Amino acid sequence: MPPALAARGLVKRYGSIEALAGVDLDVDRGELVGLLGPNGAGKSTLVKIACGLVRASSGAAEVDGAPAGSPAARAALGYLAELFRFPGWYSADELLALHQRLASSEGGERERSELLELVDLTAARDRRVEEMSKGMQQRLGIAQALVGSPRVLLLDEPTSALDPVGRRTVRTLLEELRARGISVLLNSHLLSEVELVCDRVVILLGGRVVTAGRPSELARPRGVEVDTDGGTRVYPDAGRDDAARIVAELVAAGEPVYGVRVLRSSLEDVYLEAVEGESS
Amino acid sequence: MVGYALREALRRKVFAVVLVLTVVFLLLNWLANHYAFRDVQDVGAPLGVDPITFVGATLLGLAMFGTLFLGVVLAVFLTLGAIRGDAERGLLQPLVVRPLGRAQLLLARWVGAVAVCVPYVLVVYAGAVLETGLVGHWWPDAKVVPGLELAGGVALVAAMSLLGSVFLTATANGIAVFMIFGAGLVAGLLGTVGHALNSTTLKHAAEIAAWVLPFEALYQDGLRGLTANVTGITGFVLELGPFGGAYTGGTAVRVWSLAYLGIVGALAVVAFARRDL
Repeated sequence: MPPALAARGLVKRYGSIEALAGVDLDVDRGELVGLLGPNGAGKSTLVKIACGLVRASSGAAEVDGAPAGSPAARAALGYLAELFRFPGWYSADELLALHQRLASSEGGERERSELLELVDLTAARDRRVEEMSKGMQQRLGIAQALVGSPRVLLLDEPTSALDPVGRRTVRTLLEELRARGISVLLNSHLLSEVELVCDRVVILLGGRVVTAGRPSELARPRGVEVDTDGGTRVYPDAGRDDAARIVAELVAAGEPVYGVRVLRSSLEDVYLEAVEGESS
Repeated sequence: MVGYALREALRRKVFAVVLVLTVVFLLLNWLANHYAFRDVQDVGAPLGVDPITFVGATLLGLAMFGTLFLGVVLAVFLTLGAIRGDAERGLLQPLVVRPLGRAQLLLARWVGAVAVCVPYVLVVYAGAVLETGLVGHWWPDAKVVPGLELAGGVALVAAMSLLGSVFLTATANGIAVFMIFGAGLVAGLLGTVGHALNSTTLKHAAEIAAWVLPFEALYQDGLRGLTANVTGITGFVLELGPFGGAYTGGTAVRVWSLAYLGIVGALAVVAFARRDL
Protein backbone atom coordinates (compact mmCIF):
# COMPACT_ATOMS: atom_id res chain seq x y z
CA MET A 1 0.00 0.00 0.00
CA PRO A 2 1.49 3.39 -0.99
CA PRO A 3 2.05 6.07 1.66
CA ALA A 4 -0.72 8.57 2.20
CA LEU A 5 1.54 11.33 0.91
CA ALA A 6 4.83 10.87 -0.90
CA ALA A 7 7.16 13.50 -2.32
CA ARG A 8 10.22 12.58 -4.36
CA GLY A 9 12.85 15.10 -5.34
CA LEU A 10 10.38 17.97 -5.34
CA VAL A 11 11.80 21.16 -6.79
CA LYS A 12 9.91 24.42 -7.21
CA ARG A 13 11.38 27.56 -8.67
CA TYR A 14 9.68 30.94 -8.82
CA GLY A 15 11.89 32.70 -11.34
CA SER A 16 15.34 32.78 -9.80
CA ILE A 17 14.06 31.82 -6.35
CA GLU A 18 14.20 28.15 -5.44
CA ALA A 19 11.39 27.53 -2.96
CA LEU A 20 11.97 23.77 -2.85
CA ALA A 21 15.35 22.27 -3.66
CA GLY A 22 14.68 18.55 -3.82
CA VAL A 23 12.39 17.46 -1.00
CA ASP A 24 11.72 13.81 -0.18
CA LEU A 25 8.93 13.18 2.28
CA ASP A 26 6.57 10.37 3.24
CA VAL A 27 3.49 10.55 5.42
CA ASP A 28 2.31 7.06 6.29
CA ARG A 29 -1.29 6.07 6.76
CA GLY A 30 -2.66 7.23 10.06
CA GLU A 31 0.50 9.21 10.74
CA LEU A 32 0.53 12.79 11.97
CA VAL A 33 3.56 14.63 10.65
CA GLY A 34 4.53 18.14 11.67
CA LEU A 35 6.19 20.35 9.09
CA LEU A 36 8.41 22.98 10.66
CA GLY A 37 10.65 25.69 9.36
CA PRO A 38 11.16 29.44 9.32
CA ASN A 39 9.22 31.73 6.99
CA GLY A 40 10.25 31.12 3.41
CA ALA A 41 11.50 27.60 4.11
CA GLY A 42 9.11 26.13 1.53
CA LYS A 43 6.49 24.59 3.82
CA SER A 44 3.43 26.17 2.20
CA THR A 45 4.83 25.50 -1.28
CA LEU A 46 5.21 21.82 -0.41
CA VAL A 47 1.63 21.64 0.88
CA LYS A 48 0.31 23.51 -2.17
CA ILE A 49 2.06 21.11 -4.54
CA ALA A 50 0.46 18.20 -2.69
CA CYS A 51 -2.94 19.90 -3.12
CA GLY A 52 -2.42 20.59 -6.81
CA LEU A 53 -2.53 24.36 -6.32
CA VAL A 54 1.08 24.74 -7.45
CA ARG A 55 2.94 22.75 -10.10
CA ALA A 56 6.35 21.36 -9.23
CA SER A 57 9.28 22.40 -11.44
CA SER A 58 10.57 18.83 -11.16
CA GLY A 59 10.09 15.79 -8.99
CA ALA A 60 6.78 14.18 -8.16
CA ALA A 61 4.23 14.07 -5.38
CA GLU A 62 1.52 11.51 -4.80
CA VAL A 63 -1.53 11.60 -2.57
CA ASP A 64 -3.03 8.24 -1.70
CA GLY A 65 -1.12 6.72 -4.63
CA ALA A 66 -2.45 9.20 -7.20
CA PRO A 67 -0.43 12.03 -8.78
CA ALA A 68 -0.85 15.25 -6.82
CA GLY A 69 -3.42 17.51 -8.46
CA SER A 70 -5.25 14.67 -10.21
CA PRO A 71 -8.98 14.27 -9.50
CA ALA A 72 -8.26 11.05 -7.55
CA ALA A 73 -5.68 12.82 -5.39
CA ARG A 74 -7.98 15.77 -4.76
CA ALA A 75 -10.81 13.42 -3.85
CA ALA A 76 -8.59 11.85 -1.19
CA LEU A 77 -7.52 15.00 0.58
CA GLY A 78 -8.84 17.77 2.75
CA TYR A 79 -7.04 21.09 2.85
CA LEU A 80 -7.02 24.20 4.95
CA ALA A 81 -4.93 27.02 3.51
CA GLU A 82 -2.88 29.36 5.65
CA LEU A 83 -4.61 32.39 4.15
CA PHE A 84 -8.16 31.49 3.33
CA ARG A 85 -11.50 33.22 3.23
CA PHE A 86 -15.02 31.96 2.77
CA PRO A 87 -17.82 33.97 1.17
CA GLY A 88 -19.24 36.08 3.98
CA TRP A 89 -22.88 35.54 3.09
CA TYR A 90 -22.77 31.76 3.68
CA SER A 91 -23.84 30.33 7.00
CA ALA A 92 -21.62 27.63 8.50
CA ASP A 93 -24.15 24.99 7.49
CA GLU A 94 -24.48 26.32 3.92
CA LEU A 95 -20.73 26.44 3.48
CA LEU A 96 -20.36 22.82 4.52
CA ALA A 97 -23.25 21.90 2.22
CA LEU A 98 -21.47 23.62 -0.68
CA HIS A 99 -18.31 21.64 0.00
CA GLN A 100 -20.31 18.45 0.32
CA ARG A 101 -21.57 19.03 -3.22
CA LEU A 102 -18.10 19.85 -4.48
CA ALA A 103 -16.64 16.75 -2.81
CA SER A 104 -19.60 14.57 -3.87
CA SER A 105 -20.11 13.70 -0.23
CA GLU A 106 -23.32 11.88 0.60
CA GLY A 107 -22.99 12.62 4.29
CA GLY A 108 -25.89 15.05 4.25
CA GLU A 109 -27.07 16.84 7.33
CA ARG A 110 -25.65 14.22 9.66
CA GLU A 111 -22.10 14.80 8.43
CA ARG A 112 -22.50 18.55 8.74
CA SER A 113 -23.78 18.25 12.30
CA GLU A 114 -20.92 15.94 13.26
CA LEU A 115 -18.31 18.25 11.77
CA LEU A 116 -19.74 21.34 13.43
CA GLU A 117 -19.80 19.51 16.74
CA LEU A 118 -16.24 18.33 16.20
CA VAL A 119 -15.00 21.92 15.91
CA ASP A 120 -17.35 23.22 18.58
CA LEU A 121 -19.49 25.30 16.23
CA THR A 122 -22.88 23.64 16.69
CA ALA A 123 -24.32 26.82 18.17
CA ALA A 124 -23.09 28.83 15.17
CA ARG A 125 -24.63 26.55 12.59
CA ASP A 126 -26.80 29.29 11.07
CA ARG A 127 -24.44 32.15 11.68
CA ARG A 128 -22.99 33.83 8.61
CA VAL A 129 -19.25 33.62 8.04
CA GLU A 130 -18.99 37.43 8.04
CA GLU A 131 -20.42 37.45 11.57
CA MET A 132 -17.85 34.97 12.89
CA SER A 133 -14.59 35.75 14.67
CA LYS A 134 -11.34 34.79 12.95
CA GLY A 135 -10.96 31.86 15.33
CA MET A 136 -14.45 30.58 14.53
CA GLN A 137 -13.71 30.88 10.82
CA GLN A 138 -10.54 28.89 11.29
CA ARG A 139 -12.43 26.14 13.07
CA LEU A 140 -15.02 26.22 10.30
CA GLY A 141 -12.12 25.90 7.87
CA ILE A 142 -11.02 22.72 9.60
CA ALA A 143 -14.58 21.36 9.42
CA GLN A 144 -14.65 22.24 5.72
CA ALA A 145 -11.40 20.35 5.18
CA LEU A 146 -12.95 17.27 6.77
CA VAL A 147 -15.99 17.22 4.47
CA GLY A 148 -16.19 13.94 2.56
CA SER A 149 -14.03 12.04 5.08
CA PRO A 150 -10.65 12.64 3.42
CA ARG A 151 -7.91 10.06 3.90
CA VAL A 152 -5.21 12.73 3.94
CA LEU A 153 -5.49 16.08 5.65
CA LEU A 154 -3.17 18.98 4.81
CA LEU A 155 -3.37 21.78 7.35
CA ASP A 156 -1.38 24.95 6.80
CA GLU A 157 -1.15 26.89 10.06
CA PRO A 158 -4.57 25.74 11.29
CA THR A 159 -4.24 27.29 14.74
CA SER A 160 -2.68 30.65 13.91
CA ALA A 161 -5.84 32.59 14.81
CA LEU A 162 -6.97 30.43 17.72
CA ASP A 163 -6.85 31.20 21.41
CA PRO A 164 -5.45 28.57 23.81
CA VAL A 165 -8.86 26.90 24.20
CA GLY A 166 -9.32 26.77 20.45
CA ARG A 167 -5.83 25.31 20.03
CA ARG A 168 -6.62 22.59 22.55
CA THR A 169 -9.82 21.81 20.65
CA VAL A 170 -7.81 21.38 17.46
CA ARG A 171 -5.18 19.27 19.26
CA THR A 172 -7.87 16.95 20.56
CA LEU A 173 -9.38 16.85 17.09
CA LEU A 174 -6.04 15.89 15.52
CA GLU A 175 -5.60 13.07 18.00
CA GLU A 176 -9.08 11.84 17.17
CA LEU A 177 -8.35 11.98 13.45
CA ARG A 178 -5.20 9.94 13.95
CA ALA A 179 -7.23 7.39 15.88
CA ARG A 180 -9.56 7.17 12.86
CA GLY A 181 -6.58 6.42 10.61
CA ILE A 182 -6.50 9.76 8.82
CA SER A 183 -3.05 10.94 7.80
CA VAL A 184 -2.23 14.53 8.62
CA LEU A 185 0.50 16.86 7.45
CA LEU A 186 0.48 19.77 9.87
CA ASN A 187 2.33 22.92 8.93
CA SER A 188 2.73 25.02 12.05
CA HIS A 189 4.96 27.50 13.80
CA LEU A 190 3.71 26.39 17.20
CA LEU A 191 6.46 23.99 18.21
CA SER A 192 4.90 22.98 21.50
CA GLU A 193 1.73 22.01 19.69
CA VAL A 194 3.60 19.97 17.11
CA GLU A 195 5.63 18.28 19.83
CA LEU A 196 2.46 17.34 21.69
CA VAL A 197 0.53 15.74 18.85
CA CYS A 198 2.84 14.77 16.00
CA ASP A 199 4.27 11.30 15.47
CA ARG A 200 7.09 12.71 13.42
CA VAL A 201 8.47 16.11 12.57
CA VAL A 202 10.20 17.33 9.44
CA ILE A 203 12.18 20.54 9.53
CA LEU A 204 12.58 22.43 6.27
CA LEU A 205 15.13 25.13 5.68
CA GLY A 206 15.91 26.82 2.39
CA GLY A 207 13.71 24.35 0.54
CA ARG A 208 15.51 21.26 1.93
CA VAL A 209 14.75 18.79 4.69
CA VAL A 210 17.42 19.41 7.34
CA THR A 211 16.06 17.22 10.13
CA ALA A 212 13.38 14.58 10.38
CA GLY A 213 12.34 12.05 12.99
CA ARG A 214 10.13 11.32 15.96
CA PRO A 215 10.19 14.06 18.61
CA SER A 216 11.50 11.58 21.16
CA GLU A 217 14.33 10.54 18.84
CA LEU A 218 15.29 14.10 18.04
CA ALA A 219 15.38 15.16 21.69
CA ARG A 220 18.79 14.70 23.28
CA PRO A 221 19.75 14.26 26.99
CA ARG A 222 20.69 17.54 28.59
CA GLY A 223 21.72 16.32 32.03
CA VAL A 224 20.13 15.73 35.41
CA GLU A 225 18.82 18.33 37.87
CA VAL A 226 18.64 17.55 41.60
CA ASP A 227 16.92 19.72 44.24
CA THR A 228 18.86 19.69 47.49
CA ASP A 229 19.18 21.81 50.63
CA GLY A 230 21.87 23.79 48.89
CA GLY A 231 19.68 24.55 45.86
CA THR A 232 19.38 22.96 42.45
CA ARG A 233 22.44 21.08 41.28
CA VAL A 234 22.89 20.40 37.57
CA TYR A 235 24.86 17.44 36.18
CA PRO A 236 25.05 18.34 32.46
CA ASP A 237 26.80 15.16 31.29
CA ALA A 238 24.59 12.78 33.24
CA GLY A 239 21.71 10.79 31.79
CA ARG A 240 18.72 8.82 32.99
CA ASP A 241 20.92 5.87 33.97
CA ASP A 242 23.04 8.10 36.21
CA ALA A 243 20.13 9.57 38.21
CA ALA A 244 19.90 6.78 40.83
CA ARG A 245 23.66 6.83 41.44
CA ILE A 246 23.75 10.63 41.85
CA VAL A 247 20.88 10.56 44.35
CA ALA A 248 22.51 7.71 46.28
CA GLU A 249 25.83 9.58 46.47
CA LEU A 250 24.15 12.77 47.71
CA VAL A 251 22.14 10.93 50.33
CA ALA A 252 25.24 9.04 51.42
CA ALA A 253 27.02 12.36 51.80
CA GLY A 254 24.25 13.47 54.17
CA GLU A 255 22.54 15.85 51.75
CA PRO A 256 18.77 15.54 51.61
CA VAL A 257 17.30 15.22 48.09
CA TYR A 258 13.86 16.74 47.41
CA GLY A 259 13.52 16.10 43.72
CA VAL A 260 15.31 14.83 40.63
CA ARG A 261 14.67 15.55 36.95
CA VAL A 262 16.18 14.00 33.84
CA LEU A 263 16.50 16.80 31.29
CA ARG A 264 15.95 16.38 27.56
CA SER A 265 16.05 18.98 24.86
CA SER A 266 12.65 20.23 23.71
CA LEU A 267 11.53 20.34 20.09
CA GLU A 268 12.21 24.05 20.24
CA ASP A 269 15.85 23.34 21.11
CA VAL A 270 16.07 20.83 18.27
CA TYR A 271 14.45 23.26 15.88
CA LEU A 272 16.71 26.15 16.82
CA GLU A 273 19.81 23.97 16.60
CA ALA A 274 18.78 22.73 13.18
CA VAL A 275 17.87 26.14 11.82
CA GLU A 276 20.79 28.04 13.35
CA GLY A 277 23.24 25.24 12.51
CA GLU A 278 22.25 25.24 8.87
CA SER A 279 22.12 29.03 8.69
CA SER A 280 25.64 29.40 10.04
CA MET B 1 -20.89 25.44 -8.68
CA VAL B 2 -23.07 27.51 -11.00
CA GLY B 3 -25.34 28.16 -8.03
CA TYR B 4 -22.33 29.41 -6.08
CA ALA B 5 -21.31 31.74 -8.91
CA LEU B 6 -24.88 32.95 -9.40
CA ARG B 7 -25.36 33.61 -5.73
CA GLU B 8 -22.07 35.46 -5.57
CA ALA B 9 -23.11 37.55 -8.58
CA LEU B 10 -26.41 38.51 -7.01
CA ARG B 11 -24.80 39.26 -3.66
CA ARG B 12 -22.35 41.79 -4.97
CA LYS B 13 -23.33 45.39 -4.38
CA VAL B 14 -22.60 46.22 -7.99
CA PHE B 15 -25.80 44.44 -8.94
CA ALA B 16 -27.86 46.77 -6.77
CA VAL B 17 -26.01 49.79 -8.15
CA VAL B 18 -26.66 48.66 -11.73
CA LEU B 19 -30.35 48.17 -10.96
CA VAL B 20 -30.63 51.74 -9.70
CA LEU B 21 -28.74 53.04 -12.73
CA THR B 22 -31.03 51.02 -14.99
CA VAL B 23 -34.16 52.59 -13.56
CA VAL B 24 -32.61 56.03 -14.09
CA PHE B 25 -31.56 55.04 -17.61
CA LEU B 26 -35.02 53.82 -18.61
CA LEU B 27 -36.61 56.92 -17.13
CA LEU B 28 -34.28 59.19 -19.10
CA ASN B 29 -34.90 57.12 -22.22
CA TRP B 30 -38.63 57.56 -21.79
CA LEU B 31 -38.20 61.33 -21.38
CA ALA B 32 -35.98 61.47 -24.49
CA ASN B 33 -38.58 59.57 -26.51
CA HIS B 34 -41.41 61.70 -25.20
CA TYR B 35 -39.83 65.05 -26.11
CA ALA B 36 -38.14 63.92 -29.33
CA PHE B 37 -41.31 62.43 -30.80
CA ARG B 38 -43.37 65.42 -29.61
CA ASP B 39 -41.04 67.96 -31.17
CA VAL B 40 -40.39 66.09 -34.40
CA GLN B 41 -44.02 66.61 -35.37
CA ASP B 42 -43.32 70.35 -35.53
CA VAL B 43 -40.06 70.14 -37.47
CA GLY B 44 -40.03 70.01 -41.22
CA ALA B 45 -37.99 66.95 -42.16
CA PRO B 46 -35.36 67.15 -44.92
CA LEU B 47 -36.55 65.99 -48.25
CA GLY B 48 -36.98 62.21 -48.42
CA VAL B 49 -36.30 61.52 -44.73
CA ASP B 50 -39.02 59.93 -42.64
CA PRO B 51 -38.70 61.83 -39.32
CA ILE B 52 -40.48 59.22 -37.18
CA THR B 53 -38.22 56.42 -38.42
CA PHE B 54 -35.16 58.60 -38.05
CA VAL B 55 -35.94 59.60 -34.47
CA GLY B 56 -37.12 56.14 -33.43
CA ALA B 57 -34.12 54.30 -34.87
CA THR B 58 -31.64 56.83 -33.51
CA LEU B 59 -33.11 56.81 -29.99
CA LEU B 60 -33.38 53.04 -29.88
CA GLY B 61 -29.83 52.76 -31.22
CA LEU B 62 -28.68 55.09 -28.47
CA ALA B 63 -30.61 53.01 -25.94
CA MET B 64 -28.86 49.89 -27.29
CA PHE B 65 -25.53 51.54 -26.70
CA GLY B 66 -26.58 52.36 -23.12
CA THR B 67 -27.83 48.82 -22.61
CA LEU B 68 -24.58 47.37 -23.91
CA PHE B 69 -22.61 49.64 -21.64
CA LEU B 70 -24.62 48.73 -18.53
CA GLY B 71 -24.45 45.03 -19.41
CA VAL B 72 -20.70 45.25 -19.85
CA VAL B 73 -20.31 47.08 -16.53
CA LEU B 74 -22.23 44.28 -14.85
CA ALA B 75 -20.31 41.53 -16.64
CA VAL B 76 -16.92 43.05 -15.90
CA PHE B 77 -17.58 43.70 -12.24
CA LEU B 78 -18.87 40.17 -11.77
CA THR B 79 -15.82 38.56 -13.34
CA LEU B 80 -12.86 40.93 -13.02
CA GLY B 81 -11.41 39.24 -9.94
CA ALA B 82 -12.69 35.72 -10.52
CA ILE B 83 -9.31 33.98 -10.61
CA ARG B 84 -6.29 35.98 -9.54
CA GLY B 85 -8.32 38.37 -7.41
CA ASP B 86 -10.13 35.56 -5.59
CA ALA B 87 -6.88 33.60 -5.25
CA GLU B 88 -5.16 36.57 -3.64
CA ARG B 89 -8.06 36.91 -1.21
CA GLY B 90 -7.92 33.19 -0.38
CA LEU B 91 -11.42 32.49 -1.70
CA LEU B 92 -10.40 30.27 -4.59
CA GLN B 93 -8.09 27.71 -2.99
CA PRO B 94 -10.71 25.85 -0.91
CA LEU B 95 -12.76 25.38 -4.11
CA VAL B 96 -9.93 24.45 -6.47
CA VAL B 97 -8.66 21.60 -4.29
CA ARG B 98 -12.01 19.88 -4.63
CA PRO B 99 -12.29 17.24 -7.36
CA LEU B 100 -14.51 19.28 -9.71
CA GLY B 101 -11.58 20.67 -11.73
CA ARG B 102 -10.45 24.10 -12.78
CA ALA B 103 -12.14 24.09 -16.20
CA GLN B 104 -15.48 23.33 -14.59
CA LEU B 105 -14.98 26.08 -12.05
CA LEU B 106 -14.15 28.58 -14.79
CA LEU B 107 -17.17 27.54 -16.84
CA ALA B 108 -19.37 27.87 -13.76
CA ARG B 109 -18.13 31.40 -13.16
CA TRP B 110 -18.92 32.33 -16.76
CA VAL B 111 -22.35 30.70 -16.68
CA GLY B 112 -23.08 32.43 -13.36
CA ALA B 113 -22.17 35.83 -14.80
CA VAL B 114 -24.06 35.20 -18.05
CA ALA B 115 -27.11 33.98 -16.13
CA VAL B 116 -27.27 37.42 -14.53
CA CYS B 117 -26.14 39.63 -17.41
CA VAL B 118 -28.07 38.12 -20.34
CA PRO B 119 -31.53 38.36 -18.74
CA TYR B 120 -30.61 41.82 -17.57
CA VAL B 121 -29.64 42.99 -21.07
CA LEU B 122 -32.73 41.40 -22.62
CA VAL B 123 -35.04 43.04 -20.09
CA VAL B 124 -33.47 46.49 -20.51
CA TYR B 125 -33.48 46.17 -24.30
CA ALA B 126 -37.12 45.09 -24.27
CA GLY B 127 -37.90 48.06 -22.01
CA ALA B 128 -36.24 50.45 -24.45
CA VAL B 129 -38.08 48.93 -27.46
CA LEU B 130 -41.38 49.22 -25.61
CA GLU B 131 -40.72 52.83 -24.62
CA THR B 132 -39.89 53.82 -28.20
CA GLY B 133 -42.81 51.86 -29.58
CA LEU B 134 -45.41 53.05 -27.11
CA VAL B 135 -44.30 56.68 -26.98
CA GLY B 136 -43.39 57.24 -30.63
CA HIS B 137 -45.38 54.46 -32.32
CA TRP B 138 -42.25 53.31 -34.08
CA TRP B 139 -41.08 49.69 -33.94
CA PRO B 140 -37.77 48.32 -35.26
CA ASP B 141 -37.73 45.97 -38.25
CA ALA B 142 -36.01 43.27 -36.20
CA LYS B 143 -37.23 43.24 -32.61
CA VAL B 144 -35.66 40.15 -31.05
CA VAL B 145 -32.33 39.55 -32.82
CA PRO B 146 -30.72 42.91 -31.86
CA GLY B 147 -31.42 42.16 -28.20
CA LEU B 148 -29.93 38.70 -28.52
CA GLU B 149 -26.86 40.16 -30.22
CA LEU B 150 -26.42 42.69 -27.42
CA ALA B 151 -26.67 39.84 -24.92
CA GLY B 152 -24.14 37.86 -26.97
CA GLY B 153 -21.77 40.82 -26.93
CA VAL B 154 -22.01 41.04 -23.14
CA ALA B 155 -21.42 37.27 -22.82
CA LEU B 156 -18.29 37.73 -24.94
CA VAL B 157 -17.02 40.54 -22.74
CA ALA B 158 -17.67 38.36 -19.66
CA ALA B 159 -15.50 35.63 -21.21
CA MET B 160 -12.75 38.13 -22.05
CA SER B 161 -12.86 39.47 -18.52
CA LEU B 162 -12.56 35.94 -17.12
CA LEU B 163 -9.55 35.31 -19.35
CA GLY B 164 -7.98 38.53 -18.12
CA SER B 165 -8.69 37.59 -14.51
CA VAL B 166 -6.36 34.59 -14.84
CA PHE B 167 -3.40 36.90 -15.40
CA LEU B 168 -4.26 40.29 -13.93
CA THR B 169 -5.26 41.67 -10.57
CA ALA B 170 -8.88 42.69 -10.30
CA THR B 171 -8.19 46.41 -10.76
CA ALA B 172 -5.81 45.93 -13.69
CA ASN B 173 -8.21 43.52 -15.36
CA GLY B 174 -11.15 45.89 -14.95
CA ILE B 175 -9.17 48.73 -16.50
CA ALA B 176 -7.93 46.52 -19.34
CA VAL B 177 -11.38 45.18 -20.26
CA PHE B 178 -12.99 48.62 -20.19
CA MET B 179 -10.20 49.98 -22.37
CA ILE B 180 -10.71 47.14 -24.85
CA PHE B 181 -14.45 47.79 -24.77
CA GLY B 182 -13.84 51.49 -25.40
CA ALA B 183 -11.44 50.69 -28.22
CA GLY B 184 -14.11 48.53 -29.86
CA LEU B 185 -16.69 51.32 -29.68
CA VAL B 186 -14.25 53.90 -31.03
CA ALA B 187 -13.41 51.54 -33.91
CA GLY B 188 -17.13 51.25 -34.68
CA LEU B 189 -17.51 55.04 -34.75
CA LEU B 190 -14.41 55.28 -36.90
CA GLY B 191 -16.03 52.90 -39.37
CA THR B 192 -19.14 55.10 -39.45
CA VAL B 193 -17.01 58.16 -40.14
CA GLY B 194 -15.13 56.23 -42.82
CA HIS B 195 -18.42 55.21 -44.40
CA ALA B 196 -19.67 58.81 -44.43
CA LEU B 197 -16.41 60.05 -45.97
CA ASN B 198 -16.14 56.99 -48.20
CA SER B 199 -12.67 56.34 -46.78
CA THR B 200 -11.61 52.81 -47.66
CA THR B 201 -8.78 52.86 -45.09
CA LEU B 202 -11.02 53.85 -42.20
CA LYS B 203 -13.66 51.33 -43.20
CA HIS B 204 -11.01 48.62 -43.49
CA ALA B 205 -9.55 49.48 -40.06
CA ALA B 206 -13.01 49.42 -38.48
CA GLU B 207 -13.76 46.09 -40.12
CA ILE B 208 -10.56 44.53 -38.74
CA ALA B 209 -11.36 45.93 -35.29
CA ALA B 210 -14.87 44.48 -35.46
CA TRP B 211 -13.46 41.01 -36.20
CA VAL B 212 -10.79 41.29 -33.51
CA LEU B 213 -13.40 42.49 -30.99
CA PRO B 214 -16.62 40.85 -32.16
CA PHE B 215 -18.79 42.26 -29.36
CA GLU B 216 -18.60 45.50 -31.36
CA ALA B 217 -19.54 43.66 -34.55
CA LEU B 218 -22.54 42.12 -32.81
CA TYR B 219 -23.63 45.55 -31.61
CA GLN B 220 -23.29 46.94 -35.14
CA ASP B 221 -25.23 43.99 -36.51
CA GLY B 222 -27.95 44.69 -33.96
CA LEU B 223 -28.10 48.33 -35.05
CA ARG B 224 -28.34 47.20 -38.66
CA GLY B 225 -31.30 45.00 -37.75
CA LEU B 226 -33.26 47.96 -36.37
CA THR B 227 -33.66 49.45 -39.84
CA ALA B 228 -33.02 46.42 -42.03
CA ASN B 229 -36.01 47.19 -44.24
CA VAL B 230 -35.60 50.98 -44.35
CA THR B 231 -34.43 52.14 -47.74
CA GLY B 232 -33.98 55.40 -49.65
CA ILE B 233 -32.68 58.61 -48.15
CA THR B 234 -33.82 57.66 -44.63
CA GLY B 235 -31.91 54.38 -44.77
CA PHE B 236 -28.83 56.12 -46.12
CA VAL B 237 -28.87 58.81 -43.42
CA LEU B 238 -29.38 56.21 -40.68
CA GLU B 239 -26.45 54.16 -41.97
CA LEU B 240 -24.24 57.19 -41.45
CA GLY B 241 -25.06 56.67 -37.79
CA PRO B 242 -23.66 56.60 -35.24
CA PHE B 243 -26.95 55.15 -33.96
CA GLY B 244 -29.98 53.75 -35.66
CA GLY B 245 -28.31 51.89 -38.46
CA ALA B 246 -25.09 50.24 -39.57
CA TYR B 247 -23.53 48.61 -42.56
CA THR B 248 -21.63 45.68 -41.05
CA GLY B 249 -22.90 42.37 -39.73
CA GLY B 250 -24.61 39.29 -41.01
CA THR B 251 -24.37 35.59 -40.32
CA ALA B 252 -20.57 35.55 -40.56
CA VAL B 253 -20.30 37.91 -37.58
CA ARG B 254 -22.55 35.69 -35.47
CA VAL B 255 -20.65 32.53 -36.38
CA TRP B 256 -17.32 34.21 -35.75
CA SER B 257 -18.55 35.46 -32.38
CA LEU B 258 -19.35 31.91 -31.34
CA ALA B 259 -15.95 30.72 -32.51
CA TYR B 260 -14.32 33.67 -30.72
CA LEU B 261 -16.11 32.74 -27.52
CA GLY B 262 -14.75 29.20 -27.87
CA ILE B 263 -11.21 30.47 -28.45
CA VAL B 264 -11.32 32.85 -25.48
CA GLY B 265 -12.78 30.07 -23.31
CA ALA B 266 -10.11 27.58 -24.39
CA LEU B 267 -7.33 30.10 -23.72
CA ALA B 268 -8.75 30.80 -20.27
CA VAL B 269 -8.97 27.08 -19.43
CA VAL B 270 -5.38 26.42 -20.57
CA ALA B 271 -4.02 29.48 -18.76
CA PHE B 272 -5.90 28.67 -15.54
CA ALA B 273 -4.73 25.05 -15.63
CA ARG B 274 -1.11 26.25 -15.71
CA ARG B 275 -1.47 28.92 -13.07
CA ASP B 276 0.01 28.49 -9.59
CA LEU B 277 -2.38 29.60 -6.88
